[in-house]
Amino acid sequence: MNAFKDSEHLLRLAAVFVVGILVFLVIRGFLVPKSFGEYGHYRGDAISDIAARPVNFAGHETCEGCHSDVLDKKKDGKHAHVNCEACHGAQAKHADDPATIQPPKLDTAVLCVKCHEANAAKPKSFPQVASADHSSGLACNTCHQPHSPAISGEKK
Amino acid sequence: MSISRRHMLLLLPTAAVAWKHVLAGTPESAPNYTMSQHWWGMLIDVTKCIGCGNCVRGCQAENDVPDGYFRTWVERYQVTDFDIENPHVDSPDGGIKGFPPVKEEGGKNFFVPKLCNECADSPCTQVCPVGATFISPDGVVLIDKKYCLGCRYCVQACPYGCRFINPASNTAEKCTLCYHRITKGLTTACCESCPTGARQLADLKNPNDPIHEFLKTHSVQVLKPYMATHAKVFYNGLDGSVR
Repeated sequence: MNAFKDSEHLLRLAAVFVVGILVFLVIRGFLVPKSFGEYGHYRGDAISDIAARPVNFAGHETCEGCHSDVLDKKKDGKHAHVNCEACHGAQAKHADDPATIQPPKLDTAVLCVKCHEANAAKPKSFPQVASADHSSGLACNTCHQPHSPAISGEKK
Repeated sequence: MSISRRHMLLLLPTAAVAWKHVLAGTPESAPNYTMSQHWWGMLIDVTKCIGCGNCVRGCQAENDVPDGYFRTWVERYQVTDFDIENPHVDSPDGGIKGFPPVKEEGGKNFFVPKLCNECADSPCTQVCPVGATFISPDGVVLIDKKYCLGCRYCVQACPYGCRFINPASNTAEKCTLCYHRITKGLTTACCESCPTGARQLADLKNPNDPIHEFLKTHSVQVLKPYMATHAKVFYNGLDGSVR
């Protein structure tokens, strides 16, 4: 045991190191969130935090659950594949409480031109009008029904 | 029983490692949604975009995006016949109020909706010094608001300009691909509010998703493929002048 004769001071130093590492591990254990590293170098719970956000758009399946009459009106028209909330806006609050929260009535003179005002950058096949010439300021729903916009007798 | 100091020293690190495992706990699982079964992306059909700005308004309504900042926006390109290398691009207020008529007639005009490209090899997640931004196991690039320092490295790293610093929280923000919606079985707010179907949410791991048939039958491009980001936002009918 001659080789280890003067080793006591080294052991004391090692003990200091071990205690230091232990203290570090304990503090780290408290400070690093439990889910850190669950999937990678990030806090795993962040995923469920982000997923927990409430939705504002109810989704067209939710709308169609109650408004099947509108779905029937839409289904043969050009707007068959336009989702409800594309025009009516985010309506999750209305879907949660249909009695008290009513969607605002829409003004077709403002709404329709958002899509149908003529613009050279729009695809040529998309129906476009220069609203000032087309209706001389009349609201679109004077002639067109927004849910199935073709005028009766006209080609859909 | 007595433990010598040497034995005690040997035991301590082992005990520390064991205790760390106790602290780590068990991971929580979300009901009805398994991350490993999804790999999210998006399909954008440029030939269908009418530049109405519904997606930008929808995103703002869904995600409380601060005014003047955009998680998605629409650009209008005007490519003149003589200078195809330098298209004129505008995006007034991100296209949130639609677009005024084209100033000069002629040339090739079209709209390009943009959003986070949900890169599978994302430059923005690689530069984060604190692990605040990451690619989730279902392929969405997300930001942990609690961890973000607001150092802006990721804002600079994104080749598509999709990130910004939220002036209220001073943390980085970006499109989450409406992660709170897609995990509930809904589509994104921009897809929900797009009137022409120019945007389609795509689950690349779902064999029944129409994206697979579309990718087989169309010539589909991603933005800046030379950056090798393996973007998962696919563009159909994309013009070569789009940056």
